[in-house]
Formats: sequence, structure tokens, C-alpha cells
Amino acid sequence: MNDASSGRATTPAPAGGPGAAPVPTKVVRLRHPWRIVVAVLLLAVVAVFIIDAAQREAFDWPNVGKYVFDQRVSQAAGFTLLLTVLSMIIGVVLGVILAVMRQSPNPVLKSIAWVWLWVFRGTPVYVQLVFWGLLSTIYTSIDLGVPFMEPWVSYPTTALLNTFWLAVIGLALNESAYMAEIVRAGLLSVDPGQSEAATALGMSWGKSMRRVVLPQAMRVIIPPTGNEVISMLKTTSLVTAVPFTLELYTRTRDISAAIFTPIPLLIVASIWYLAITSVLMVGQYFLEKRYARGVGARPDTGPGPVTGAMSAVDAEIAETAIAAKHGGDAR
Amino acid sequence: MSEQTTTPAGVDESAASSTPMVLAEHVSKSFGSNEVLKDISLEVRRGEVLCLVGPSGSGKSTFLRCINHLEQVSSGRLSVDGTPVGYREVGDKLYEMHPKDAAKQRRDIGMVFQRFNLFPHMTALENVMEAPTQVKRVSKAKAKARALELLARVGLAERADYYPAHLSGGQQQRVAIARALAMDPKLMLFDEPTSALDPELVGEVLDVMKELAKTGMTMIVVTHEMGFAREVADTLVFMDGGVVVETGDPREVLANPQHARTQAFLSKVL
Ligand SMILES: Nc1ncnc2c1ncn2[C@@H]1O[C@H](COP(=O)(O)OP(=O)(O)O)[C@@H](O)[C@H]1O
Ligand SMILES: [Mg+2]
Repeated sequence: MNDASSGRATTPAPAGGPGAAPVPTKVVRLRHPWRIVVAVLLLAVVAVFIIDAAQREAFDWPNVGKYVFDQRVSQAAGFTLLLTVLSMIIGVVLGVILAVMRQSPNPVLKSIAWVWLWVFRGTPVYVQLVFWGLLSTIYTSIDLGVPFMEPWVSYPTTALLNTFWLAVIGLALNESAYMAEIVRAGLLSVDPGQSEAATALGMSWGKSMRRVVLPQAMRVIIPPTGNEVISMLKTTSLVTAVPFTLELYTRTRDISAAIFTPIPLLIVASIWYLAITSVLMVGQYFLEKRYARGVGARPDTGPGPVTGAMSAVDAEIAETAIAAKHGGDAR
Repeated sequence: MSEQTTTPAGVDESAASSTPMVLAEHVSKSFGSNEVLKDISLEVRRGEVLCLVGPSGSGKSTFLRCINHLEQVSSGRLSVDGTPVGYREVGDKLYEMHPKDAAKQRRDIGMVFQRFNLFPHMTALENVMEAPTQVKRVSKAKAKARALELLARVGLAERADYYPAHLSGGQQQRVAIARALAMDPKLMLFDEPTSALDPELVGEVLDVMKELAKTGMTMIVVTHEMGFAREVADTLVFMDGGVVVETGDPREVLANPQHARTQAFLSKVL
């Protein structure tokens, strides 16, 4: 049980034979002079660019300053954030359900999930958003009742779903298909011995998913999901297809059309997108920390042996899921 | 835990003690065309410690997995404590159980794996508490008290708050044993519990198992530790190629194996 000594950092071996007075050894770190040179050069280039940009008329900095905190713009940023958060939440929840359905022993559930993925991953999100915008044209009313009979209740579609919610639904359903694959990669990364142990303890399939497999899959799921959130933030600029026009990109474009200068408002939009991304990245950091429990350094000693559940292969599975998504299709 | 024998409610005590804990009658199991278990018949009495030995691939793990219905037998009959595993007996017919009922049946059977399979995102204590709180709905406080007691019993009271990654292999396996015991099983299955351990860690796990055997627990142990088999087991079963080749008192079988295949195997492991 003297495991406390294992996994300690190696200390330099004392020079000289046993009995000889220890000769002090000076450790000279490897120097990296080129790093400094490259960094200085890059800094110089950036400085030149900034000084130049500050003076350039086309950037129109006074207008950037004027509009960056314009109420219409900040409100639009709020809508963009809201669209992102809502559609991601729905997308993740649906994605988990779909992934679990695909892993389930029930063939009906498996097929439903497969068809869902086939449809929502197989068509461009822009096309889907246009379809959602046309929903009220295709289905003028939403009826409750027995099919082909007089409905019990009937609502006009436009009264139930405004363009904002259509945009959220459109983004969320598309996202769910991608999240399903990310979650599935996570589930596959968990050692099958884990669900076997859970089953042997008398846990049902659902319980072992919830309590044992999913929490471990989270470590593999979170990084690509962070990617998805940021990707979603930018995809919201497509909801003008619905058409929902109050989000950041469409709003700033409308303003720039009115004042005849496109560039400052593009900069304003970029500043807001970057600001929101930064906030979301902080959130990801804390989530990752939360799900790293049980991996990494031992609480009472130095760095301990790391026997994480995630192997290189698992990381590869997750990467493939992302690559499959970002390669080719125009989202 | 001296009063480990939990009799299922409604079962007459005398009848319960006469039924064997595990009864396998002509059990066969195939994966596709690969017949892994061939006509296995075997009986494990209450409180008996049975060691199952045999070369790799002879079907030992598969047999254990069939006992708690992680695998389904292809033919034959397997019952634990008088109840067919994974089936409900009505008249002369066996109906396949709903997974929920199969899960319920597994609660009474503890299993310990070669690779420990502790839940890495939970501390030792949480690992032991998990099944009682989640499956049996025992209160947190009660489960914790019991878990600490079990961890103390396997000599790991002071490691309760460690995550598995921070425990040695031997410690992890002892936590795994405590985790299985937390469900108060009437039968414990061990699948090569010491095979993944460094040699110097084997003893601590075997000691815990010896203690457990002394309390009267019914145990089926797949192992290559012949010393353990000789000292602790009541019965030694030698399997090869999916069939039971030889069964008997471990001291006799080990000293004087009757079958050529047993002799060949023992000459390699002893
Ligand atoms: N799930 C499975 N699917 C197909 N074949 C399997 C499966 N599990 C085990 N086997 C096969 O069954 C045989 C016996 O395996 P096992 O019971 O693990 O043997 P042992 O534990 O004695 O080493 C092996 O040939 C193995 O390949
Ligand atoms: Mg095996």
C-alpha cells in the first residue's frame, strides 16, 4: 500500500559513487532562441497592421464606436445568443436521446433515430430553415384530433409559432443530428466493462446509461460540443432564411444598408461574435473541469498515474464525427 | 457481516436450504456456430466455494456470465436458488423475462471482474454506495454507513474518498468486492479476480476472499491460483473445451488428477 511514492516526478540521480560527497549538479534548460525571434517579428507585424488600420478611412472607426453599443445592435446580439443557447439545449437533449436510441437493443427506436439522422444531416441547414419558414404556408393550421376527421381543436400555425421559434426549431433539429453522432462517439469510447459491471449490480439498461456510461462519455462529448456551440453561434446568421431578422448579422447589415457603409458594422458584428464566443469558451472550461473527476492528479500527492477512460482511439472516433460533419457540407 | 445469508421472503427455510444455490443441467451455449459450453451439469451447494479452473478459452467466463444472465444459455437449464435464470417458470413452460425482472434477479448475485470495472468517475465510497442507493433505493445515510463498514472490512477505510485511478490494482479489486457485497448477494462470482494484478498484490485480494468464504458465502471462483483452490475451495472443477473434465475435492484433484487433460493443464500452472 505504499503507492504514495509511485508516479512521483523523477529527480536527477546524484553524481558520484556511493559514499562520495554529493556533487551539486546544475541543470541547464534547453534554450529556444528562435521562438523569441519569431515572436518579436510577429509582434512587429501586428503592430504595423494595427497602426495602419487605425488610420484607414474605410474602417470608419468613429462609426464602429458609435454602433458597437447601439441598442439595436446589443439587442440583436442578445437574440443571437438566445437563438444559440436555446437551439443548442434542444439540440443536445435530442442528440442524447437519438444517440441512446441508436445504441438501444430495440430495433424500432434504432430505425427512427437512423431516419432522423439521414434527413437532418443529409440536407443543408439553409434549405431546412427555408422549409420551416414555409411551414405556415404548407400547414396553415395545426389540428388536434383523429386524422381525416373534424379536428377537436385547430390553431392557425402562425399564431402558435412565430419566426423566432421556427428559427430555434430549425436550428435545433439540424443540430440534434450532429450532436447524436458526437454523443454516440462518446458512448462508444466508454469501456464495455463499465455497463457490464453496472448490469451485474442489477441496474437497468437506462440506469446504467444515465449513471455510469453517459457521465464518462461526457469527457469525450464536451470538446466537440464546444465546437458545435460556436459553430451554432455563427449559423444563427442564416435564420434570415426563415425569415427572422432580429439577430446580429441581419440587424447590422440592415443598419449598414441605411447608412451606406458596410465595413464598420461588419466590424461591430465581429466584435460581438467574438465577445460571445469568449464567454462560451469560459463555460466550456468549467464543464470540462467538472467531468474530469476521477482522472488526473491524486489529491494528496504529486502527479499520480493517469488512467483515463479516453484513449487515442476514442479521441479519433470523436474527431471523425466532427470531420464527417465539417467536411463537404455547406452548413 | 456474520448474518450474510438472506433468505428470499416467502420461501420456506428448510426447503430453501435443501435446494442448491446453483444448479446447471445440461447447459450448452453457442456463439453462432461456435459451441462454447457443451452439456455442462454442475451443482453448487449453499455456502460452498467452488473453484473453476481450465485453460484460456475453455468457457469459464461464459459459464459465469450465464449464471447472472449476462449471456443467455442456448439449451439446458440453469437455476439459482431454485429459480431459473432469466426465465419465469409457469407450469411446464419457461417464459423469457422482461429485462427489468432479469435486473432484479441479478441483484442477489455479486460479480467481480478480472479488470475490476470500477466506475472511474466515482470515489471508492461512491462506487460501493451506487447500487444500493440507485437500485435498492436505500437512503444515502444508510448506504454510506454500510459502504464504510464494507470498505473497512476489505482494509480500505482510509481510501474511501479516492478515485479508482488513484488506487493500486489490488486496492481497486478490493473496492470492487466491497461494491458487490453492498447488494447483500447470496452468491458471489469471481472471474479471475487476481489475473490482472502484479504478483505482490495478489495476496491482499485472496485474503479478502478467504475471509469472505469463512462467513459462509457461496462462491464460484475462476482462478489460476491453485494455492487458493487447495486452501479454500470445497470443490474444484476442471473445464476444457467447453466441457467439465473433472470434478472433485481440490486437494485430491490437484495431487492426483485422474484425467490426462487435467494432468497436462496442472503441470503447466503448478
Ligand atoms: N460474446 C462472444 N461472442 C462470440 N464468442 C465469444 C463471446 N464470448 C466468448 N466467446 C468465445 O467463447 C470461448 C470461451 O470464452 P471464455 O468463456 O471467455 O473462456 P475463458 O474465460 O475460459 O478463457 C472463446 O473461444 C471465445 O472466443
Ligand atoms: Mg475468462
